Amino acid sequence: MNRFAQLLDRLSYQPARNGKLRLMTDYFRHTPDPERGYALAALTGALSFRHAKPALIRDLVGERVDPALFALSYDFVGDLSETVALIWRADESAHGSNHPPVLLSEVVDGLARAGRSDLRKLLASWLDALDETGRWAFLKLITGALRVGVSARLARTAVADLGGVEVDAVEQVWHGLEPPYLPLFAWLEGKGERPTAIDPAPFRPAMLAQPLNEKDFEKLDPREFCAEWKWDGIRLQVSAGRDERGHRLLRLYSRSGEEVTPAFPDLADALGAIEARDFALDGELLVLREKRVQSFATLQQRLNRKTVTAKLVAEFPAHLRAYDIIALDGEDLRALPFVVRRARLERFVKEVDCPRLDISPLVAFEDWPSLANARENPAEAGAGEDGAAVEGVMLKRRDSIYVAGRPTGPWFKWKRDPFNIDAVLMYAQRGHGKRSSFYSDYTFGVWRASADGDELVPVGKAYFGFTDEELARIDRFVRNHTIERFGPVRVVEHGADKGLVFEIAFEGLNRSTRHKSGVAMRFPRIARIRWDKPPREADRIEALELLLKEG
Amino acid sequence: MAEQSAAAAVLTTTPAGLYCPAGDFHIDPIRGAARALVTHGHSDHARAGSTQVLATQATLAIMRARLGPNFACSLQAIRYGEPLTIGDARVTFVPAGHVLGSAQILIEAHGRRVVVSGDYKRAHDPTCAPFEPIRCDAFVSEATFGLPVFRHPPAVDEVAKLLASLRVFPERTHVVGAYSLGKAQRLLALLLEAGWDRPVWVHGAMESMIALYRADGVRMVETRHVTTADKPKLGGEIVLCPPSAASDIWLRKMPDPLVAFASGWMRVRARARQRGVELPLVVSDHADWSELCATVKETGCSELWVTHGAEEALVHWARTQGLAARPLHMIGFGDEDEADGLSTETQA
Ligand SMILES: [Zn+2]
Ligand SMILES: [Zn+2]
Repeated sequence: MNRFAQLLDRLSYQPARNGKLRLMTDYFRHTPDPERGYALAALTGALSFRHAKPALIRDLVGERVDPALFALSYDFVGDLSETVALIWRADESAHGSNHPPVLLSEVVDGLARAGRSDLRKLLASWLDALDETGRWAFLKLITGALRVGVSARLARTAVADLGGVEVDAVEQVWHGLEPPYLPLFAWLEGKGERPTAIDPAPFRPAMLAQPLNEKDFEKLDPREFCAEWKWDGIRLQVSAGRDERGHRLLRLYSRSGEEVTPAFPDLADALGAIEARDFALDGELLVLREKRVQSFATLQQRLNRKTVTAKLVAEFPAHLRAYDIIALDGEDLRALPFVVRRARLERFVKEVDCPRLDISPLVAFEDWPSLANARENPAEAGAGEDGAAVEGVMLKRRDSIYVAGRPTGPWFKWKRDPFNIDAVLMYAQRGHGKRSSFYSDYTFGVWRASADGDELVPVGKAYFGFTDEELARIDRFVRNHTIERFGPVRVVEHGADKGLVFEIAFEGLNRSTRHKSGVAMRFPRIARIRWDKPPREADRIEALELLLKEG
Repeated sequence: MAEQSAAAAVLTTTPAGLYCPAGDFHIDPIRGAARALVTHGHSDHARAGSTQVLATQATLAIMRARLGPNFACSLQAIRYGEPLTIGDARVTFVPAGHVLGSAQILIEAHGRRVVVSGDYKRAHDPTCAPFEPIRCDAFVSEATFGLPVFRHPPAVDEVAKLLASLRVFPERTHVVGAYSLGKAQRLLALLLEAGWDRPVWVHGAMESMIALYRADGVRMVETRHVTTADKPKLGGEIVLCPPSAASDIWLRKMPDPLVAFASGWMRVRARARQRGVELPLVVSDHADWSELCATVKETGCSELWVTHGAEEALVHWARTQGLAARPLHMIGFGDEDEADGLSTETQA
């Protein structure tokens, strides 16, 4: 467990994909069975034991640590497992100081057998036996929150590297294997035959678009491109096949290849009823109600839920708006040009006539200015009532084949222009999660006239739009210019000559009676930090009111 | 006023910082004062602009090097353990174990004993005199790492981590961010103890402080100015620089730099990640939670004031121990690792 914990620790600080691969491959090479197999299962999310509830962990630590001190520590560290890992003190009296090392296989096995009542004692004894890093990794694992920037696919790539084979070769046999994957390691180390099971519903690496710069237009010929709406949803790949006995197997994958089928049983059922022997579609996951696309905020209600209830499914029906077909009836379509795939997709969607599946329409345009116009006014350019769910347009070369990754040239995304204003930082609050030790939530305001002269009135809050370096600098600014504190909130110095100006970008503006200023911004974020600009030059509320009228 | 607290009988807080009316002096004032007693040379404690400054010889030397020769009108050096009467107060400087010359200040006035800790630590540090606990009625403590999640591992283990990484990645330059006063010298001394036998390449901003430590007789590994190095040949070598320089362009000429950072904050993953650190080294010049609690107990004080840092937790803990405790929420003090970027900006 300590070795695995060290691997996770190093992975968590290693930003480079290649560095992560090297660390993992090295671990798999130097760790014996079955430890490495359970580690692979942990990294690919294939371990199934009942996760310990955070409440249980809190409870355990509550027996040993003053609750007020725990609360303050948790508030600072921002992560329950990490806080417990650091604050935990081994109960030396009960166990003595020489614990045998804890094995990952022992943990997996122990969790599978433990009844509810012995779980407590078991967890405490493991926590006593591990060091800070070990406790952190252990708690992440048992609460099902192991995230070290490694996708299941990357972990499988590291295993493939062990045997010098392509990751696709591992993907094809993966479906038929179980932890601790002894036949897989045996094959990769040349000590066994290749496992036989072939996954009938594999993930095919997604093709991504590069952001479009205005100056790209000089080089691009509009006649060579098709345009589609860029929907404000979640990229989804559906892959369907049949197993040896002819039973339907269907999987939904995120764009990085994580399987998300259990989160969308309604969509999986609907698509599973399609009769074709096998198919793979690329599209956008959206919530539709009465055929209308709902906002991203609505879609979010459906995401990140631990359990999918019937009520949730009924209230937020999941839908696939397809824009590509990459496999059909045993044929890999990825090498065909976009327009040919598009024609196949249109025919497929029409023939299967599935209520949860439709096609993302093409956007008609003659030249770049007319596309720019469509992008600005999607409702009038064909998106109709779904116009609000459009966040821009996609450009795809007519002859583009479907390749993995983000190649330069064939696909572009062109997002809508947001609005911008200059506003003054007024209050700062500590963030959540990994940002909880920084002042990262900012309330900003603009000038308005009052009886005592001009004053700042808050118009919104922003949590993102800055780099980690900028965050550290703003955090220091906040700490050095605090004039008052209320719990987690700091009032930051703000006046005509003193304070910090943010250029705020936002998607739109609504009238609001809940806000003192009378307006509410949609998706405000920090576009630039104007260290150079005196607050007196920030915008006035009239500028926003003007936008409201125009809108 | 028989009920008045010992600390309040001797000290008050003013906009300039802690003030002792009996001796008419400030301690570590954040703006110019008539008479300033300075605990140590870090920039948040030792500022220019006071008329008279009293500090240890080493602290005065550090201030002279950082602030220029005219940072005050008159200077007075004081030795550890030698009491001095100022007005109606008697002050004694006692080692704080934080950096070279760092001191706690014991003030005796109106029959009370109050200790102002400045910054301090209890862990092993070959570069400065170790902390000495002083019995007192009231203790005024820092609390930079005043949360029970902070228990600094032994610094030698963290240096061993650095050496282990050098064995695993012998082709990469190990660039270690460390604050130039205190942390850098401690690492250089620990590297010597660990048997590192090659020179360490140092950033220009650190040279004056290293020279000052050497002049004081502190033994450290050999250092060389990094600008004299053939940068592409620095694979497998250690480069020491201020934290703010660890992401600078000058790193780019070095072979595949691996960025490490030595700071107590490296205990918290979010902090390490935010810095883009690949090798976090948990090395601190401040007391950790256990040291803070143990120190408060050792002083035997009945009253605790907490100047800066995570005040709430230490105050809460002290109250559960039956002490009268109060957070001062003093503005203008940070810890040096966090303040570093800012201080180099203002110097530039
Ligand atoms: Zn200090
Ligand atoms: Zn300090």
